[in-house]
Amino acid sequence: MRPELIKEVTYVPYSGNMAAAEAMRQINPDVVAAYPITPQTELMQFFADFVANGLVDSEYIPVESEHSAMSACVGAAAAGSRAMTATAGPGLAYMWEVLGIASGMRLPIVMTVVNRALSAPINIHGDQSDMMGARDQGWIMLFSENAEEQYDNLIQAIRIAEDERTRLPVMVGMDGFVISHAIERVRLLPDRAVEEFVGELKPMYPLLDVDNPVTHGAVAMTDSYMEFKRQQREAMTNAYKVIKEVGEAFEEAFGRKYEHIETYKTEDADYILVITGSAAGTAKYVVDKLREEKSIKAGLIKIRTFRPFPYNDVMDAIEASNCKAIGIFDRAETFGGASGPLFEEVATTQYLRRKYYPMTGFIYGLGGRDTNVNHIEEAIDKLMRLAAGEEIPLVNYLNLKE
Amino acid sequence: MNIPMEKIIEKKPYFKYLRLDKMPTIWCPGCGIGQAFRATCMALHDLGIDNDQVAMVSGIGCSSRTPGYFDGFTLHTTHGRALAFATGLKLAKPELTTIVFSGDGDSLAIGGNHFIHAARRNIDITLVLINNWIYGMTGGQVSPTTPKGSYATTTPYGNYEPNFDIAKMAIAAGATYVARGTAYHATELSKLIADGIKHKGFSLIEVLSPCTIIYGRKNRMSIEEMYFWFKGNTLSVKAWEKLPEEKRAGKIPRGLLHHDTSRPEYTEVYWNQVKALSGGQK
Repeated sequence: MRPELIKEVTYVPYSGNMAAAEAMRQINPDVVAAYPITPQTELMQFFADFVANGLVDSEYIPVESEHSAMSACVGAAAAGSRAMTATAGPGLAYMWEVLGIASGMRLPIVMTVVNRALSAPINIHGDQSDMMGARDQGWIMLFSENAEEQYDNLIQAIRIAEDERTRLPVMVGMDGFVISHAIERVRLLPDRAVEEFVGELKPMYPLLDVDNPVTHGAVAMTDSYMEFKRQQREAMTNAYKVIKEVGEAFEEAFGRKYEHIETYKTEDADYILVITGSAAGTAKYVVDKLREEKSIKAGLIKIRTFRPFPYNDVMDAIEASNCKAIGIFDRAETFGGASGPLFEEVATTQYLRRKYYPMTGFIYGLGGRDTNVNHIEEAIDKLMRLAAGEEIPLVNYLNLKE
Repeated sequence: MNIPMEKIIEKKPYFKYLRLDKMPTIWCPGCGIGQAFRATCMALHDLGIDNDQVAMVSGIGCSSRTPGYFDGFTLHTTHGRALAFATGLKLAKPELTTIVFSGDGDSLAIGGNHFIHAARRNIDITLVLINNWIYGMTGGQVSPTTPKGSYATTTPYGNYEPNFDIAKMAIAAGATYVARGTAYHATELSKLIADGIKHKGFSLIEVLSPCTIIYGRKNRMSIEEMYFWFKGNTLSVKAWEKLPEEKRAGKIPRGLLHHDTSRPEYTEVYWNQVKALSGGQK
């Protein structure tokens, strides 16, 4: 029996990496395979300590690359065990081939992605290009705003992934350094409560069930490949419900509310900001500041679930407001697209309701570039001009040296 | 203190290979990579190779920061793939002296595949492989050359995995020039690298180099202890060969370990075939 470290709800000063490692300790996965990459390294080191000190029952494999890390997780999960890993930026890019195998084989692997910019030029700092690049690989994608959300999201991700209606891998993103390395207050849940919440993994068609032999990931040619993909879409549609249910169960058990999106003062807002990740915190501050100082009514929609994208939730929030213009903040590029990847999703939500609101996109924080209060104020100023009928380009850069 | 560059180059001719505006380097106090870099620059100077006749390629890791400080053609690429990038570069521009700076994690773990294939092809690339027994840049994880029993952040109770013998692996894969030096034996290292550059074919120079801050701290070795460990536990190939079998345990041979001039070089074979097939048109 592994020792119980946290017996009651405890407040601690933790970085995002510490919080994620702590969640992994409490989840106690069967297999963890990882390769060091800044800014994820610290997370796996904390976890390696837990393994070495007998605080988890996990088998820990320090593999020789990210490609091997995800491959080992696929093997472990197919065998019928609970597998977890973590990576960042180029590490996720190197995993790309195996990401599709994990989702195609419907393996409930859970992974932290410490969001980092992609090369070239080489950059170790935070942006979301890594996860946005992997968005069509069939993984459920959640984004966290702070260390505590990363902790909570990881715990929920286990249940979301392992639900029989989904059986899809989940990646949970947190911005590199801003969340992963900054220390803030985190509320930790008791070990036993987390253990109870995530429950036991019920393996489906495990390789180790020798009485019922199965094949995973075999060749499926023109006659059957498409049906597998059709089923993945259905699983993703189910995931929308499952994520919601798990969020509600989490709120009931621990009192913290998790939905697909978080709205902040949108009810009476004239200008809506749409953001994922850590910048949502800064944006909430700006919303308050502008309301107090200049009586400008801005509101914020924070996207927690990026895949499956919560089209209805976003549109409900927009339609319930006084929306005159929407500003979408992308911490990633989709070169050659109309604007950023999040922009395209929000544009689609409007089409689905046959609605039209003036919209513009803001590209910010690439490669860890600072985005502070002034920059978001500048963006809201542009939104106001857009609402007043001025022509504003679809792509606007924040804090760009030009 | 403003000493004109000409004066410095007079005394330290290898300074002409440095991007001095990028100094100081990111390397920790006592790190051996600087020695290996200096030895490489000295070798280039001794061979009379100009800055613009050299391409220096690297992947990711402490050693891979070297091209940033080198005033020539430099390419800083992805983790483990430096040799693959360099292979493309060498095929396109065979006239460039191509040097790859890499580490044990970069070349033997994530990039192990490219390492054996570069050796197999015998392409004229000089690989300076800094073996510091650990992933230094990410803070001290176990690597494929971490000695058994050594401490790393991911092996807090000692490494239980066996480690690679880099030189033996290179020889087995087909490398035609294989040498081992240390950051302590700086002059010898420079000579080994120079000979490696001169050699036509794949040259590997393994450089035993102390990771003083990360490996040293984890394994309770000071900077001096690490350098003296290299002095005390390595010996020249000649001395090694004379050593009776039972006394070899724990000792590491240093110098030229393997030199084969019989195998053809890859780019030459490639372009010869192109010439033959195009009837001398290309």
